[in-house]
Amino acid sequence: MSDPVLLINVLLLLLAIGAALAAMWTRDLLGAVMLMGIYSLLLAIEWANLFAMDVSYTEAAVGAGASTILLLTALTRTGTREKAGPNFHPTALLTVLVTGAVLIYGTSDLPRFGDPLAPATVHVAPEYITQTVGKVGATEATENDFGDHVPNAVTAVLASYRGYDTMFETAVIFTAGVCVIIILRPLAGSARRRTAGSKEDA
Amino acid sequence: MNAELITALLVIGGAFLALLRAVKGPTTFDRVLAVNVFGTKTVVLLALLGYIGDRTGFLDIAVLYALVNFLGTIALLKFVETRRLG
Repeated sequence: MSDPVLLINVLLLLLAIGAALAAMWTRDLLGAVMLMGIYSLLLAIEWANLFAMDVSYTEAAVGAGASTILLLTALTRTGTREKAGPNFHPTALLTVLVTGAVLIYGTSDLPRFGDPLAPATVHVAPEYITQTVGKVGATEATENDFGDHVPNAVTAVLASYRGYDTMFETAVIFTAGVCVIIILRPLAGSARRRTAGSKEDA
Repeated sequence: MNAELITALLVIGGAFLALLRAVKGPTTFDRVLAVNVFGTKTVVLLALLGYIGDRTGFLDIAVLYALVNFLGTIALLKFVETRRLG
């Protein structure tokens, strides 16, 4: 193990597997929520290590932050103990094994990792890298959109090449958030309305 | 073995102990503390990895994780105390 980052990565992934197994094994649902938070933090480090900064941010904010709170909200309406039942489901295991085998079979068609002749590498990536990043939609007459200030190719792709896509993704997530609030609010409000109504009746 | 690697291994060892505590419990507060400790280890590890790989952007992410960690701990403790979040 000459590469320190590789050694750290292996140890972190082992910890992540341990956390995931513990979250499945425990019957205490509150403990499982916390273990999933730990799992998300470990994965977030891994994403950062793979230079996937946007994914890493998302994993930390959604996985460790929002998911924890969402699962806790679910726990407020249920119990915190898992019902005792059979731990082994043959059908579920078979489904997972078959799905996993199909997915692994599917990867045999993919180009080798880092292959310079892969379609993704030769088709559009050169344009993104050589340019042109930061000169999206620019014509002779107009200045470029970002004023050459987007050195990160991922940011340029997200914010400009796929700008509409990202914008409407945001709209979809906003709509989903509004729906969740609309669904959850009456539960909190109806109790108050009931007590107010009973006072009026009296 | 250089100093960064030894530090990283020690931090990972601490993270492993925190994970053990989160699994074993026995009380909820042990687990909350373990998660909080784990978040701190994450911040330190990210800063270390940034130093090893000479990537300054890691520091921003480390700060973000510190904030998220704080938020999660507050939500967990609020749930434990009142059994609701609102």
